[in-house]
Amino acid sequence: MKSDEPVIQVRGLVNRFGSQAVHVNLDLDIRRGEILGVVGGSGTGKSVLLRSIVGLRQPNAGSVMVFGENLLKLPPQRRSEIERRFGVLFQRGALFTSLNLQENVALPLIEHAGLKRSDAEFLARQKLALAGLPPDAACKYPDELSGGMVKRAALARALALDPEVLFLDEPTAGLDPIGAAAFDQLILTLRDALGFSVFLVTHDLDTLYTICDRVAVLAQKRVLAVDTLEAVAATDDDWIREYFHGPRGRAAQDAAQMLETP
Amino acid sequence: MSQSTSRPGHLQRQPASDSQAATLVIGGDWTLLHYAALRSEVEQARRQLSDEEHIELHTLGELDTAGAGLLVELLGPARIARLNEWAPQLPPERQALLHTLASAMDQPPASLPPQTNGLADVLAHIGGTLAGLWNQQRTLLGFIGLTLQTLLLVLFNPRRWRITSLAAHIEQTGLDAIPIVALLTFLVGAVVAFLGATVLADFGATIYTVNLVAFSFLREFGVLLAAILLAGRTASAFAAQIGAMKANEEIDAIRAIGLSPIELLVLPRVLAMLITLPILTFIGMLSGIIGGLVVCALALDISPAMFFNILQRDISISHFLVGLAKAPVFAFLIAVIGCLEGFKASGSAQSVGEHTTSSVVQSIFMVILIDAVAALFFMEMGW
Repeated sequence: MKSDEPVIQVRGLVNRFGSQAVHVNLDLDIRRGEILGVVGGSGTGKSVLLRSIVGLRQPNAGSVMVFGENLLKLPPQRRSEIERRFGVLFQRGALFTSLNLQENVALPLIEHAGLKRSDAEFLARQKLALAGLPPDAACKYPDELSGGMVKRAALARALALDPEVLFLDEPTAGLDPIGAAAFDQLILTLRDALGFSVFLVTHDLDTLYTICDRVAVLAQKRVLAVDTLEAVAATDDDWIREYFHGPRGRAAQDAAQMLETP
Repeated sequence: MSQSTSRPGHLQRQPASDSQAATLVIGGDWTLLHYAALRSEVEQARRQLSDEEHIELHTLGELDTAGAGLLVELLGPARIARLNEWAPQLPPERQALLHTLASAMDQPPASLPPQTNGLADVLAHIGGTLAGLWNQQRTLLGFIGLTLQTLLLVLFNPRRWRITSLAAHIEQTGLDAIPIVALLTFLVGAVVAFLGATVLADFGATIYTVNLVAFSFLREFGVLLAAILLAGRTASAFAAQIGAMKANEEIDAIRAIGLSPIELLVLPRVLAMLITLPILTFIGMLSGIIGGLVVCALALDISPAMFFNILQRDISISHFLVGLAKAPVFAFLIAVIGCLEGFKASGSAQSVGEHTTSSVVQSIFMVILIDAVAALFFMEMGW
């Protein structure tokens, strides 16, 4: 289901905080059905880019075309319809603390898909199980859970409406290695079956090597390189070289190769 | 995934014939859009489904996780595990999706919380609330003790005084509150003067309006209004600030660095309130009396000069001191209650909200309660 047709086109994006520019003339495409990994040093504006695309932040200049429409210029009704086709997993989960997990996941199902509460909660429990949570977690509140469980529940909420584009902000940070590997596998399985696109901000090199189709490197206020992992890793740039060919990068690469050739 | 052309998913049962076994045909789009209808259909079909029955997936259209979940529900994990035997034509990615869902859902159902009866719940709730009230007062006393202890320790060690933080809090709680305190007491002063004039006019004693305004503002209203305003404005701010810090684990970080949150967070706030509330009380008394003065001058023909004359002649300084003496007590209570409620908040946004509300309610309650007790005391003492 992969194709070169872009679902999201970012053109000439400029983001400034006061006098400090985070992005200058940044271009990026996200194609249908691909998993795009976004990497960059701390403070290079990965999360800001995500927020600009999702429409949570008004960029200082440039355009963000989502499914061929400019999200920020649409009337609220139409914009809400488009936003329904997004699933966003925020860095710290951002679960609603006044609702239990099951209600957190059921909320978009009730509000947008118009399901009855009982149906929505049944489906919500399925999604929670899919994200790898035990059944008795469904009635717990977010402040009773560990960070990793909050991440899983947040993924279940992001997946609730079967989005066409899934935005993940450091999904495997704070997960144990087994959980992180299962998480990667789940994203891959769902992408293959449902054909959604994934915009994945991550520092996890294992995730990059295992599931990403393309990798975009944010540096020097723009997208320095975007291509398959091998092509990006071969780019002649100090930061990229250190990132992919440093000790951790090599270890992740070796691990990925061992997976492919058992 | 266009929704306009979506064919609703359906189940169709073909009874057994000579040539083949009974068949269940699964067709159409199994998506979230048709979820409610599909779920009731699945519930029904699941009870009738026998192990020998043949399943037909040729006409299956769109499939998302919601629909796949229903299919797993319908077919059961055992049949899904043998998926590539009876449905080899199903694309591998869909098989993977069904396998993933089946393994996720193949877990014992969660145990339900035990049933309780209504009366016991009510009694338990009453008991819980009473015990909570008692505990709240005990914690408050403990917290006051802790604050005073830390205050004493820090007092003799000038290197641990946090002047910057203190100054910032004085600005926030004191300076920024001056306009609202002044305006409010001015208005109440005017209202009291009007009330006094209306009642006293019947006795031909409108001149005593001056005494009424001065007496009430010096002894009670100046300090009471300032304290209630700060209870609403500052206690809530303290509770919310500290509550949010707690939610963000900042309090734990302070402890882990080896510092005392009481010294760092509570003392500057308490001291700032101890300094600002008396000043605000003074401002409140002044502007309340000015409110009375304006009404007297405009509506009662009592000139400002005459107003001040009466003030000087009839009102002794002791009234002012009685009023002002209460300010530090109120200040201490408001600050301590605000901070304590902040510390009690847990990680959730709702909890921060609840404790912020509670800090305002408690501190206003305490201010009025202590003011009433103090009024009785001062009356008996003849001050």
